[in-house]
Amino acid sequence: MNAGLVILAVIALATLGYFVGRARALAKAGGDIRGLHSLPNYYGQTVFLFTAVPALLVCVGWLLLQPLYVEHRVSDMITPADIAEGSSQSLVMADIRRIATGLDTAVARGALTGADLSSLSADATDVRALLAGVGVALASEVKGSVLAAAKEYRAATATLKMAMSVVVILIALAGFVLSLRRLRPDFRARNVSETAIKALLILASSVAILTTVGIIFSLVFETANFFGLHSAADFFFGLTWNPQFRGGSDLGILPLLWGTLYVSFVALLFAVPIGLLVAIYLSEYASNRVRTIVKPAVEILAGIPTIVYGLFALITVGPLLRDYFAQPLGLGTSSSSVLTAGLVMGVMLIPFVSSLSDDVINAVPQSMRDGSYGLGATQSETVKQVILPAALPGIVGAILLAASRAIGETMIVVMGAGAAAKLSLNPLEAMTTITVKIVSQLTGDTEFASPETLVAFALGLSLFVVTLGLNVLALYIVRKYREQYE
Amino acid sequence: MYDAPNLGAKVEQKTNKIEANGVQVYYGDTHAIKDVSVAIESNTVTAFIGPSGCGKSTFLRCLNRMNDTIDICRIEGDIRLDGEDIYDKRVDPVQLRAKVGMVFQKPNPFPKSIYDNIAYGPRIHGLAKSKADLDEIVEKSLRRGAIWNEVKDRLHEPGTGLSGGQQQRLCIARAIATEPEVLLMDEPCSALDPIATAQVEELIDELRAQYSVVIVTHSMQQAARVSQKTAFFHLGHLVEYDNTSTIFTNPRDERTESYITGRIG
Repeated sequence: MNAGLVILAVIALATLGYFVGRARALAKAGGDIRGLHSLPNYYGQTVFLFTAVPALLVCVGWLLLQPLYVEHRVSDMITPADIAEGSSQSLVMADIRRIATGLDTAVARGALTGADLSSLSADATDVRALLAGVGVALASEVKGSVLAAAKEYRAATATLKMAMSVVVILIALAGFVLSLRRLRPDFRARNVSETAIKALLILASSVAILTTVGIIFSLVFETANFFGLHSAADFFFGLTWNPQFRGGSDLGILPLLWGTLYVSFVALLFAVPIGLLVAIYLSEYASNRVRTIVKPAVEILAGIPTIVYGLFALITVGPLLRDYFAQPLGLGTSSSSVLTAGLVMGVMLIPFVSSLSDDVINAVPQSMRDGSYGLGATQSETVKQVILPAALPGIVGAILLAASRAIGETMIVVMGAGAAAKLSLNPLEAMTTITVKIVSQLTGDTEFASPETLVAFALGLSLFVVTLGLNVLALYIVRKYREQYE
Repeated sequence: MYDAPNLGAKVEQKTNKIEANGVQVYYGDTHAIKDVSVAIESNTVTAFIGPSGCGKSTFLRCLNRMNDTIDICRIEGDIRLDGEDIYDKRVDPVQLRAKVGMVFQKPNPFPKSIYDNIAYGPRIHGLAKSKADLDEIVEKSLRRGAIWNEVKDRLHEPGTGLSGGQQQRLCIARAIATEPEVLLMDEPCSALDPIATAQVEELIDELRAQYSVVIVTHSMQQAARVSQKTAFFHLGHLVEYDNTSTIFTNPRDERTESYITGRIG
């Protein structure tokens, strides 16, 4: 019985338990729901939960641990002599798994019978040809010990699968029976259901947190590998970025960091004033009718894929800036430039700034506006001197969020700013950012274990630290000032 | 001392500061104020009383055109400040509000320092020539707002850090700082405890010397304590407008009497 069927069976049993539990609770109370502690549905839910949850947990745990156990048993059967030159234990294990599945397929197709299989030996039969016949291609001839290991692998897996089906269904049945026996009118089924909901919510939030932790760990380990191969001083303080295929590269983060910050700065310089003015117009001046049209229209900008912005930068803004600014002023000849990427990214960020600031400005109490108008202030005086100061922490938060978005942006930079790592002040020159270099280092032809590839993780971690710092700062500012205005 | 109606009206010759004639206010389709005519005298505290939703706050907000900020609000009729129609096209509502100050139901200090709260109006209207001038205005306003002694050592701390009663007196001082001629107060004590209420009421009585004060209140005792004239509103109508003593002791209209004695409201 395979795992899917087992799970279905457990759920079917649990569903049955729901109806039985509900009916039983009602029957115990003599048909009068006022005699029950909770509504009948809750008793049904209790039975469902006690039947399904422990069984499914065991099932999942089993499925996770089973391969580990089987591989551990099988790996004892492989001697160092079985591992060919240039190969490794893990490659041999992969072969064993492939042969095991191949044998399964062969049995299923009828190319082998159970009796054939047990007498099958590597010396007598061409296992490689046999498996190729059922569509499993192997790189080399199958050795006797490997075939034996594969057979063992197959057998152990089959036994354990059967054992799992039995255990899981037994647990489900036990939960079913025990929970039904516990049902009494004064049993607090609502509270059980409440606990289950709470557990579900905690589970959901821990998925987010554990993923973050996982991401950090994967970055940290690879970064540690990188610093084992390359000097940290060169990475953090090096002024040149010049990766070589042969090794001996200069991998200084500073030109990339400079490019990142420069492009982001230009983008924010463009997006913050415009976004803020849009927010002020929408929240303070625009009539309801205008607002219902303009606000969604601005937010459409946030829905445009960044690659489309990148195309816009590549074919429209870049050449435009080159032909009308860079060349006439003699500042550069490249259509890829910091200014191109910055401007286009700025457009992308406008809705971030405007939408968040708009919410913040709307949250300033009407009594503040009344107070100011009541003293004879005009609308713009009110906005400038009362609304904006009151909304400032939220606005700063919005700007910092936009900033971390800008720092992490990749596509617009690849297509707008180019890929040349440079330390330059000229905004009309091509430069590049950390994100772009992460992509190009990881997708290159160099070996994974080389510093040229691993540097991507160090870059990623540095970027992560920078944006994390910005987000923490944003949260800190927002929290610090929030209560002051409430 | 707060229980007896204030009978000290008619001390000096008074002129009509605000004259309203046939004022109608509509909120969309709702007819909120129906044909209200009233004359508000200078150097007098005028109280607007009436049950909730009777239109007294709406009418108050007509007097400095605060209703302009509400899109669906429409006003007809004629309101004159010193004989000049405030709804005339030539009148700038912003200038008008500098002359007719307003204090709101909930204390609403700006999220600025106490000093900046008071200096807000004078700065906007350019009332101070120098920093020293501004300091003087701030001190004078805070003194008149009867809060100077409590805040003089913390002028640069946020106004939002004060207690509710102090915040309300700060807001009154802020309104005074722009040198208005009329002060409108929309239930200024409804968010305050009895002690803070007493302080604000005392202040209102002192303000009468320089300003014409219009106060909306739900508390009839408060109207009796602080005002010389009282207007009773009911369902959008101005039912009765007379000396406070007359309203509370000898009302002409039976609705007024019913309200004052607690039978309607």
